[in-house]
Amino acid sequence: MKIAQKSIKFILIVALALFTSVNYAVISDQNHGNQNDGGRVNTKEEVEAYILHHIKDSHDFSLFSYTSDEGERKHIGFPLPVIIWTSEGLVTFMSSEFHHNDDGHVIVEKNGLKFAKIHSKIYELNKEASEVTFDETHHATNAHKVLDFSITKSVVGVLFIGFLLLFWFSRLAKQYKTQKIPTGFARVLEPLVLYVRDEIAKPNIGEKHYRRFTGYLLTVFFFIWTLNLSGLTPLGFNVTGQLAVTGCLAIFTLVIYSVSGTKGYWMHMIWMPGVPVLIRPVLAIIELAGALLIKPFSLLVRLFANISAGHIVVMSLIAIMFTLKESLGVVGATGLSLVLSFFITLIEVLVAFLQAYIFTMLSALFIGMAVEDHAEHH
Amino acid sequence: METLLNDFSPGLFAVTTILLLALIALMVKFAWKPILNSLEERESGIANALAAAENARKEMQNLQADNEKLIKEARAERESMMKEARAIRDKMIADAKEDAKEVTAGLIEKAQASIEHEKQSALAEIKKNVAELSIGIAESILKKELSSKKDQLELVEGLLKDVTLN
Repeated sequence: MKIAQKSIKFILIVALALFTSVNYAVISDQNHGNQNDGGRVNTKEEVEAYILHHIKDSHDFSLFSYTSDEGERKHIGFPLPVIIWTSEGLVTFMSSEFHHNDDGHVIVEKNGLKFAKIHSKIYELNKEASEVTFDETHHATNAHKVLDFSITKSVVGVLFIGFLLLFWFSRLAKQYKTQKIPTGFARVLEPLVLYVRDEIAKPNIGEKHYRRFTGYLLTVFFFIWTLNLSGLTPLGFNVTGQLAVTGCLAIFTLVIYSVSGTKGYWMHMIWMPGVPVLIRPVLAIIELAGALLIKPFSLLVRLFANISAGHIVVMSLIAIMFTLKESLGVVGATGLSLVLSFFITLIEVLVAFLQAYIFTMLSALFIGMAVEDHAEHH
Repeated sequence: METLLNDFSPGLFAVTTILLLALIALMVKFAWKPILNSLEERESGIANALAAAENARKEMQNLQADNEKLIKEARAERESMMKEARAIRDKMIADAKEDAKEVTAGLIEKAQASIEHEKQSALAEIKKNVAELSIGIAESILKKELSSKKDQLELVEGLLKDVTLN
């Protein structure tokens, strides 16, 4: 068993090495006019643009990029597949065809259709157009967005964390077959599982029903936590700062507590007993809005806003290096930036856990409200 | 708000939904179910072991209490037995004393009676001997002194003196 595990590890490492040696190469591009993927960042506006670019999802996995002395843009990273649903059906190509351009100046032609990438979104150009034209608010006038199922950086993050979690916890599960107390890294995971079960699931849902929902809560907790933490690494994932991801999580919770809601829960929402009949419809509107809109919306926005804000703050503090270079000197600005971003990163580590905890705890609370036995209270 | 909505990618939403559903299903099947089952098994095992230990402790206490009770009972029994034995001993001594007294009294009485009897028979013997003696004396006197009256009288008188002395 041990030998098998070791050989699997070895194969994985070799595969990864081969993969990276092929794709992880330095990709150099000629400067395509005004590339706005954050080349040299010096001014406040450039910093702002760079940060806003970073917190968005991206179609290639780039670790860092720089401009060489010859004015050549170098990107360290690898391209990711683009999968889009266009007016002509499914179209796929590698994101490297955009040459890291992000303002619609590189046109990719596939299946007789023209595509451009503008602010991390892929646009399909109208039939007769040959390049994107913009109006004064910088909106494309002759192109429209396509449904984008690409393996973006966020999807890579979700897959990576998904496999990591599966690997960790299935190993923990396997250990219980041979021993009562896990050893090694699994020993670190066990108390975390117990924490979610005993401190989040049990008290919020109740002894009677918690078992059904613990699987979901555990998955969500570790999913959010590990993704939050991976966002603080130089890999720079911002998965939990994507509205689509947090929205997906919030809707999962909404569906779970709506589907498992008891009759009493819905009765209390639609036709509240014990209040005058005239007030009941008003209460029903408020209650329904609360349960179906406000609760999931609060979940969605809280996670998204906290993680995005964290990324923005950390990067802004790093940017002090450039923005205060004039007034503090190189050493002063770098030192200040290092100290501040170090401490804010520590806080972000806490926030990473806190947001995972809050999301899971609120999900458990909402589920608990939906499944509790209302008959007991009257 | 507009930029937020613009940032929202329905495609990413769809992909994430599928991936998350798969992840939840896989995690529940391969991780959470076996982990939670094992944890519950272990917890119930610990609870059972604790309950068993508690039971054993209680049993031990009961046993100890029983032992103490038994010891107390045994002690009480011994005490009562000792008391009884003492009473029996006292009674036996008393009885023995009584018996001895009776026996000695009877012996003394018997002895006294036999002494009396011996005395009577001795007296009777003596009387008989005296009578025979006196008859013998009388005979000899009669044989010797019947010649003079005066001597006769003197003799009788002397004899009588002796007799009364006896």
